[in-house]
Amino acid sequence: MSRPKLLFLQVMVAVVVLVFWHVFSTVPLGTGSDGKPYYLLPQFFFSTPLKVIERVFLMFWEGTVYKHLMITLTEAVLAFVIGATAGVLIGFWFARKPLVAAVFDPYVKMMNALPRVVLAPIFALWFGLGIWSKVWLGVTLVFFIVFFNVYQGVREVSPVVLSNARMLGMNERQLLRHVYWPAALSWVFSSLHTSVGFAVVGAVVGEYLGSSAGLGYLIHQAEGVFDVTGVFAGMVILMIFVMVIDFCVTLIEKPLLVWRPTETRTVQ
Amino acid sequence: MTQPMNGAAVPAVQLNSVSVAYGLTGGGRYEAVQPVDVQVADGEFVAVLGPTGCGKSTLLNIAAGLMPPSSGESLIFGQRLQGLNTQAGYLFQQDALMPWKTARDNVAIGLEVRGTGRRDALGAADRILARVGLASFGDRYPHQLSGGQKKRVALAQVLVREPKILLMDEPFGPLDAQTRLIMSELLLDLWQADRKAVMFVTHDLDEAIALSDRVLVMSAGPRASIIGDFPIPLARPRDIAEVRSEPEFHRLHAAIWNTLRDEVRKTYGLSNAAKEIRA
Repeated sequence: MSRPKLLFLQVMVAVVVLVFWHVFSTVPLGTGSDGKPYYLLPQFFFSTPLKVIERVFLMFWEGTVYKHLMITLTEAVLAFVIGATAGVLIGFWFARKPLVAAVFDPYVKMMNALPRVVLAPIFALWFGLGIWSKVWLGVTLVFFIVFFNVYQGVREVSPVVLSNARMLGMNERQLLRHVYWPAALSWVFSSLHTSVGFAVVGAVVGEYLGSSAGLGYLIHQAEGVFDVTGVFAGMVILMIFVMVIDFCVTLIEKPLLVWRPTETRTVQ
Repeated sequence: MTQPMNGAAVPAVQLNSVSVAYGLTGGGRYEAVQPVDVQVADGEFVAVLGPTGCGKSTLLNIAAGLMPPSSGESLIFGQRLQGLNTQAGYLFQQDALMPWKTARDNVAIGLEVRGTGRRDALGAADRILARVGLASFGDRYPHQLSGGQKKRVALAQVLVREPKILLMDEPFGPLDAQTRLIMSELLLDLWQADRKAVMFVTHDLDEAIALSDRVLVMSAGPRASIIGDFPIPLARPRDIAEVRSEPEFHRLHAAIWNTLRDEVRKTYGLSNAAKEIRA
C-alpha cells in the first residue's frame, strides 16, 4: 500500500473515533423519563474531544505541563539507565557463570512473577515521595526485560561463530569484546522499545500512587476532583510523550543495528 | 615423538590411534570413530571422504583442538597438541562470520587479536579480499553478501593469518554447483601459490579427487575407520573443469567409488538408527 494512502486510512480511524465521541457526547439521543436530555456519552463521564483538545492546548500554552513532563522524563530516563545497566551486567554475569545462574534461577523467577505495582507503596515508604521511589519502580520493570534479553543473547551466540572466533586466535577477553558483547547488545536494542516503554510505565504508576509532580500526578489530581477533561488531557499528553520517546529510540537504534538483515523488497 | 618418519619431514598433522566416543544421555557410549591414524605432510592436500555422519568432521575438530579425542593423540608438526591448534586455520561448513562486523573487519580481526595495528590489519584485509575477488565488498555486512561471497570472506579470514595448516569442513557444501566449482578453482589457485598442508573434509567424490593429492575414505559410523588411502597422481597445477575429463580421473573415480559405495549404502540402511543416536 502506498504511504499517503496508508496515512489517510490511519488518520481516518482517529477522525471516526473523535467524531463518534463528539456527536454522542453533545447531541442528545432523546429525553429520559425524568425529562432531562439523554446522552450516550454523558459529558460528566466522557467530556468532549474539543474540550480535551482545548485543555491540552491550554496546558502547553500556559506552561503548567512542562515541569511535570520534565519530572516524568527524568524519572523514566534514570529508571532506564539504571535498570538497563544492571540488566546488562547481571545478565552477562549469569550467562557466563552457569552455577550462579542455576542458584539464583528460582529467585529471579519469583521476583519477575511479582506484579511490580504492589512494590509502589513500599518504595514510597523506603525512598520517599520524591522521584527516587518512581525511579526504582521503573528499574524493577526495565531490569528484568534487559536482563532476560542479555542472558538469552549471550547464551545463544552461535557455537560456530564462537568456534571460528577462537580459531582466529581470540582469548577470553577478546571473545567478550568481539563476540559476546555485540551479540548481547543486539538483543538489548531489539528490546529497547519495550524497556523504554516500561521505564515510563514505572514512572507514571509511581506518580499516580503518591507524588507531588509528574504526569501521573496530574491525572490523579484531575481524577480526584472528577475533572474528566483533565484526566483525558493528561492521557493525551502521556500518549504524545511516549510516542516522542519511541521515535527517539527508533532514531538511536537505526545506525546501531545496520548489520541486521532487514526485509528486502522489490521496487517497481 | 618428533622423529622424522623414514627420513622425510615431520608431518604437519599426525593423528595417532585417535578414537572418539560420546556419552549418551541415559547412560551408554556411542563409539563414533575407531582408533584411526591420519597423516598430512607439510604442503600436502589431503581429502577425507566419507558418507554423511561418519565422523569426518569430528577428526577435523580434533586436529583443530576444538575437541579432545577419547584416546590417542594429535601431533602438529611433531608437537603434541594441547588446547587449540594455533597453527591451523579452520574453514567451517556453516556461516561463521561475525554478523556485526563488515567483511573487512571480519578479516582484519584475525590479525588485530594478535597485536597487528588496526591500519595494517585493514590494509592486509583489503589485499586478501581483493585476492578472493571481493575488492569492492569490504564494507558490506555478511547479510548483504551471497552464500558464495560469504565463503570467500571466510576463506580470506582464514588465509590472512597465514596458517601453516588449513582445515576445511565441507566448506563448499551449502553452495550451488556452479559456485562450488568457482570456489574450488579459487581455493586451488590460492593453495598453489604457497602450498600449505590441507585437510579437506567432503562427501563429494569428484571434489575430493579434483582437489587433493591423497584421498582417505572413511567407513560409515558407528565405529568408523579409514578403509582406503588413494594417492591422486594427477598433474599440478590442475584445471578443475578439465581434470574431470581425464581418463585417470575416471579410473580413480571408479576405484574409490568401489570402496565408498558399500559404506554409503550402509548409511542409508542405518540412517534411522543413526538419527536416533544423534538426537
